[in-house]
Amino acid sequence: METILAVVIGALYATGIYMMLRRSLVKLIIGLGLLSNGANLLIFTVGRLTRARAPFIPEGAETLTPPYADPLPQALILTAIVISFGVLGFAVVLFHRAYQTVGTDDLDEMKATDT
Amino acid sequence: MGITTLVLFGFVLALLAPWLYRVGRRATGWILATLPLMQLMYFASFVRPIAQGEVFVFGSAWVPSLKTSLSFFLDGLSLIFALLISGIGALVVIYAGGYLAGHHQLGRFYGYLFMFMASMLGVVLADNVIALFVFWELTSLSSYLLIGFDHEREAARRAALQALLVTGVGGLALLAGLLLLGQVGGSLELSTLLSQGEMVRTHHLYLPILLLVLAGAFTKSAQFPFHFWLPSAMEAPTPVSAYLHSATMVKAGVYLLARLSPVLGGSDSWHYLVTLAGAVTMLVGATLALFQTDLKRLLAYSTVSALGILTLLIGLDTTLSIQAAMVFLLAHAFYKGALFLVAGAVDHETGTRDVTQLGGLRQVMPITAVAAGLAALSMAGLPPLLGFISKELLYEAKLQAPRAAPLITGAGVLANVLLVAVAGIVGIRPFLRERTATPKNPHEAPPSLWLGPVMLAGLGFIIGLLPNTVAAPLVSPAVTAVRAEPTEVTLALWHGLNPVLLLSVLTLASGVGVYFGRGVVRRATSRLEPITHWGPARWYDVALDGMNALARAQTRLLQSGYLRYYLLMIIGTTVGLTAYTLAARGGFPRPHGFADVRFHEVGVAALIFLAAVTAVRARSRLAAVAALGVVGYGVALVYVLFGAPDLAMTQVLIESLTVILLVLVFYHLPRFASLSPQRARYRDAVVAVAAGGLMTALVLVAASMRFHPPISHYFAENSFVRAHGRNIVNVILVDFRGMDTLGEITVLALAGIGAYALLKLRLEKKEGG
Repeated sequence: METILAVVIGALYATGIYMMLRRSLVKLIIGLGLLSNGANLLIFTVGRLTRARAPFIPEGAETLTPPYADPLPQALILTAIVISFGVLGFAVVLFHRAYQTVGTDDLDEMKATDT
Repeated sequence: MGITTLVLFGFVLALLAPWLYRVGRRATGWILATLPLMQLMYFASFVRPIAQGEVFVFGSAWVPSLKTSLSFFLDGLSLIFALLISGIGALVVIYAGGYLAGHHQLGRFYGYLFMFMASMLGVVLADNVIALFVFWELTSLSSYLLIGFDHEREAARRAALQALLVTGVGGLALLAGLLLLGQVGGSLELSTLLSQGEMVRTHHLYLPILLLVLAGAFTKSAQFPFHFWLPSAMEAPTPVSAYLHSATMVKAGVYLLARLSPVLGGSDSWHYLVTLAGAVTMLVGATLALFQTDLKRLLAYSTVSALGILTLLIGLDTTLSIQAAMVFLLAHAFYKGALFLVAGAVDHETGTRDVTQLGGLRQVMPITAVAAGLAALSMAGLPPLLGFISKELLYEAKLQAPRAAPLITGAGVLANVLLVAVAGIVGIRPFLRERTATPKNPHEAPPSLWLGPVMLAGLGFIIGLLPNTVAAPLVSPAVTAVRAEPTEVTLALWHGLNPVLLLSVLTLASGVGVYFGRGVVRRATSRLEPITHWGPARWYDVALDGMNALARAQTRLLQSGYLRYYLLMIIGTTVGLTAYTLAARGGFPRPHGFADVRFHEVGVAALIFLAAVTAVRARSRLAAVAALGVVGYGVALVYVLFGAPDLAMTQVLIESLTVILLVLVFYHLPRFASLSPQRARYRDAVVAVAAGGLMTALVLVAASMRFHPPISHYFAENSFVRAHGRNIVNVILVDFRGMDTLGEITVLALAGIGAYALLKLRLEKKEGG
């Protein structure tokens, strides 16, 4: 399954990067979204896939016995999901504002604007 | 009080100086002079034990892991320099109070001056070579600040930068040399290295070390062809010229040569390189001095010549030559310091430094005139002044030079003849003959301005009469330190009728001749003027212009100002380097089997893949946002399938929010437009696919090997027992890594505040217009 997910991650990176290389700001934001999904999936896959139990300690037990999904990458990804939402949200508002001020979403025309 | 405290206290005082000036005003100079005076007395207390052969090492660890310590080392050589630095320092501090009286930035000036003083003491006292280098660079830095003190003038800024760059480049070479030396000698402490001479000289890195160290010493001590920065540095206020660019800083290179001569000296390459550089500098400096009409530039070129003489003497590498160097060091510090301070006082009183406009000042400035006369006579080498003794020694050392003695002696006599004439022009002529009209009406300078010259010139006179007051206590230990063998020095005014005396008389007579015939000499040599135009100063300009052009060219190349080109460059570099490393190390993975693949999982993967492609190909904004949403939900499904329900939940929530946000905002943004030409799209596609392919490869590599055992069993065992939570992911977030989560929340809050502020921000221009 890693092989298939690896291809999916590659596709997310490729599409994300391609979109970020566009001149349109709107496409850049879409690219950012694709890229952060790719990155999260990357951490998840590299942290080992398992179809075993989720890392919950069952009622009555004090510790968890293997096999179970590794909770550490999950904690990292949880943080990453939230942070990337923060980044995306801020970027969207910033670009919205820039568009209002400059009147274009073409990055090339934003090169030397001081307004 | 320890030596470390005493040196470092200078830096503290440098910080306090501007504030002290606000309190102390006119008296500040006199108050501040107490520190160098205290230092002088402190160092003086070492004279007796050091004369008896003791050596003092003080130190404290600084960065022990790098073998760097703030250690100090006091022997005869350090002592003579430390005494000069603190003694002349005290006089210069007092002098500056008078010279720059009323200047609105005098407090800052004192700050720079004390920073220099502390750094310079650090240079001559440092035991650790790294500490030595740091202090060495600090002197360059404070010299930069002091030369450019009058920063509103372009010439001052230019001269400051020139001095900094020339000495800075040399400083870097020196660092490399010192580090190599430390590696070869097995220690970074000078006190240890000094006994490793034999080993260093036979090592195959000896020549690189020598060349690097010499580059540092020669740039600092203004040796040809790096001499040009010193005359330019005369843009500095005169107290600075007297102190840094005559008595102390420019002699740091000479100090370094003397200090390292037990380690690096004694070889042919040392002998030839140092002697040659010294001899050429000596002649070039003395010749160029004669063409100047500005008092300070005259003195600057004669200082270049004097530095050449010192270097030459160290290069000769005999006990006699080192002895001559140490006596000349003292004599030069006294007479040149005095003459510089006199030049400043004359400038201060008359408003000009042009020797052709000055005359008859003895009537109005009698005290200054006496000091100037004594100093000039010492410079010319007349008995009974210290300059005479030092010149006698100098000739004796040159006559007994191990190689090419006649040639060296001839060059020495020639340089000294010229210097006699310069001494006359600088120290005698402005005070004799008729009074001439000057921009300002001169009066005798205030005590702060004549105290320095009188003290220094007086010392040259008194020590000249009683040379043995310094011979045994100061000169002997210094020579002992440089030669690394006990040496007894006795000095005398009268050496009897010998060839040396004959040379002295000859020098003096010819010098007086050149003085009176200087008009003829100048006219005869003025045809050589165009050559100096192509001198080293010009090379410096060319090098600087070249560097600027290079900087501009590479900036134009790399800093396009287009986001996508930056991205392309970053991604291209990353992909290229990583792929190369993977290929070179044979790390490209073989695909895993597809044995454990289940049908619904493949379905989810295909969904994500197709949605991503759709997001790229979509013609409308909403379609792209929808596709992005499908990607997100697909990823959430993957989390569900592989045991991460928390992630799935978060992902679904966030993805929904993202889609809503994007739809809301994109409604106000323009439609999708194809802005890039076809070619750019193909290029970007190639780069993007390459990057994606690389990520795929990396995931496969990472999935096929495990470097460390997982640490999760710790969380599995302790999550409930110690943190009382059953959901381990949550416990990690809020407990084990609680601080990280706090940081995350902070970032999110900041993003929220930022977004809110952006939305609330009024576009004043638009509303106003």
